[in-house]
Amino acid sequence: MRIHTTARTALRALARNPMRAMLTTLGIVIGIGAVIAMMEIGAGSSVALQKTIASMGANVLVIRPGTASSGGVSFGAGSTTTLSPLDSAAILQECPAVRNATPMVRARTQVVYGNRNWVPTYIYGTTPAFLDVQDWPTLSEGEPFTERDVLNATKVCLLGRTLVRELFGDESPIGKEIRLKNVAFKVVGVLGAKGANMMGLDQDDIVLAPWTTIKYRVTGSSLSSGNQSASNSSTSESVNTLSNLYPGSQPGLYPARSAVQAADNPMPVRFANIDQILAAAHDAADVQPAIEQITTLLRERHRMRPGEPDDFNIRDMTEMTKALSSTTTLMTNLLLAVAMISLVVGGVGIMNIMLVSVTERTREIGLRMAVGARGGDILRQFLVEAVVLCLVGGTMGILLGHGGSQLVRIFMHWPVATSPTAIAAAVLVSATVGIVFGFYPAWKAARLDPIEALRYE
Amino acid sequence: MEFIEMRDICKTYVMGDMTVPVLKSVSLTIARGELVTLMGSSGSGKSTLMNILGCLDRPTSGECWLDGQEVAQLSGDQRALVRNHKLGFVFQSFNLLPRTSALENVAMPLSYTAEGLSEREARQRAADMLNRFGLADRLHHEPSQLSGGQQQRVAIARALINRPPLLFADEPTGNLDSKTSEEVLRMFEQLNAEDGITIIMVTHDPNVAQHAKRVIHINDGVIVDNAFTVPPAAVAGGGT
Ligand SMILES: Nc1ncnc2c1ncn2[C@@H]1O[C@H](COP(=O)(O)OP(=O)(O)OP(=O)(O)O)[C@@H](O)[C@H]1O
Ligand SMILES: [Mg+2]
Repeated sequence: MRIHTTARTALRALARNPMRAMLTTLGIVIGIGAVIAMMEIGAGSSVALQKTIASMGANVLVIRPGTASSGGVSFGAGSTTTLSPLDSAAILQECPAVRNATPMVRARTQVVYGNRNWVPTYIYGTTPAFLDVQDWPTLSEGEPFTERDVLNATKVCLLGRTLVRELFGDESPIGKEIRLKNVAFKVVGVLGAKGANMMGLDQDDIVLAPWTTIKYRVTGSSLSSGNQSASNSSTSESVNTLSNLYPGSQPGLYPARSAVQAADNPMPVRFANIDQILAAAHDAADVQPAIEQITTLLRERHRMRPGEPDDFNIRDMTEMTKALSSTTTLMTNLLLAVAMISLVVGGVGIMNIMLVSVTERTREIGLRMAVGARGGDILRQFLVEAVVLCLVGGTMGILLGHGGSQLVRIFMHWPVATSPTAIAAAVLVSATVGIVFGFYPAWKAARLDPIEALRYE
Repeated sequence: MEFIEMRDICKTYVMGDMTVPVLKSVSLTIARGELVTLMGSSGSGKSTLMNILGCLDRPTSGECWLDGQEVAQLSGDQRALVRNHKLGFVFQSFNLLPRTSALENVAMPLSYTAEGLSEREARQRAADMLNRFGLADRLHHEPSQLSGGQQQRVAIARALINRPPLLFADEPTGNLDSKTSEEVLRMFEQLNAEDGITIIMVTHDPNVAQHAKRVIHINDGVIVDNAFTVPPAAVAGGGT
């Protein structure tokens, strides 16, 4: 009996009871579906991860205030305010392993342009060095802001691609004004596209502005609570009213200072605290020396006694990527294990129904034997039936899993990658499940005695 | 040697510590082209004898020659081959595959044939066979959509699809009314007379037995009467 004839016979036998076939194969459908979805999402996240590692530069160090933990109690990064922009400058000057460093403050607020608004993922106040530290691709339009803009707390900003698309559509944003908390920022440049980072967040959904501007003009809260002295000293100096253009602006707002003022009287940055410092080592080999140099430097600058725990913590991206990728692999493997269990359960279901089917069709088996089917023919028939059942289930599972991962991509914006290996593996696995769990029932069928089978009621 | 020769066939079933002798040294010869009925009371061993002849069962002892081949010693696969090539079976309960068209039922034995007809050839041959039994307009009916007589004709068509020289029928009219029985029996006579197919038929019914040229009476596992109702000379065709 040739194989395609056998396959057709199997399909006909299954078609005699389509509902049962469907239900039987459900376990396989779910198992394979889960495997495919997991593989695609897993592959997607690892692809994204690799891209991200490349895009953020593996040599970047993040320095945050606060000890990572103290006496077993973690305060969480940023729970104390000990880093200043001067620390950043000192790191750049005194640590030979560091290529560049930049202070950063963060904000989260609505960005308004005309009648459109948007809450970007990132609003960073920083210095022009940020672009170098982050290996940001060259600006697609305009110019970056300057050190002078930082000193003067000028209200200028750079926008990421996503934000530009959301606020300006096809219009060029250069020279336009956007508002953050009613502070008008002039757009001086548009960043090049960077894509999603390893958390799947869109790195192009970003506003970059001088940190001084963000700190003193936008995030009023950290102004009053975090740094009283800076607030007071600056307020007393403020004489011009440029920033009061917009009525209803927040009470503690800083006026912009003229260039002369800035030169005469630099911002009292000594007292300012910042959220984090980003430092870039020259290359991967320099990451460890850089960490040591920065630690020594900051302990000295913060006048810490030996034995006292650091009041800052340094994390390098390699560790983070490693942690992140190990988490994703762990999750993927866990879910794969669950999917495998479901496949085994599905296989047992197949075996169960095939046993029922063999019993039900005992007379058919006897008849087939009477007209000349050999034991091997019967074995093959039932084995092929089980395999066909599993392959049909597997195919539906592949479609289901692929559809599922596409939905995840569309609605949850997770990165997914279609994996031909996963599909080939799924086909192979479902055929194997069919053979393994179909063998015993088929073997039982093949061993039936023709007379007893024919006489079976 | 005759077409069928049984020598001292014994069949004993062992049930626990009890042995049940069903056939007690049966010897029998049947020539090519005969139409024979096996008669006897219930439990006398008719079906058992037929199953041994039909290569479905093995005797406990004795020889069984079929078309010059000793079949009692053959392996399971070899006996399957003999059944496929040389034998056709018709059952009392038709034994058609449910929810399967008449055409596919008839074509089914072809899928176990070594010559390997293509699907189209097989269907054509099955259709021709059904046509011959007056079922040309019932090709795509399923068993549940056919009358008992039609179902039995489908079963006969299936038994003959591989053009076997020998046909076994175990109470083929047991589930049919007298008029349909008559039809089926006439069909057997015709197959026997025109195609020279040797037919061995088990029956309880003396009316059915009248259609045969020879009636073998079996009682409690022993052949008691082996007479020709028609003189052997009149038996058509004959030997090898
Ligand atoms: N597998 C078996 N195990 C034990 N005894 C059996 C078995 N098969 C048949 N027998 C016994 O063999 C005897 C003959 O059975 P068989 O089926 O040949 O009778 P039969 O002549 O065909 O009867 P009927 O006309 O009722 O069909 C019976 O007494 C039966 O009980
Ligand atoms: Mg019987």
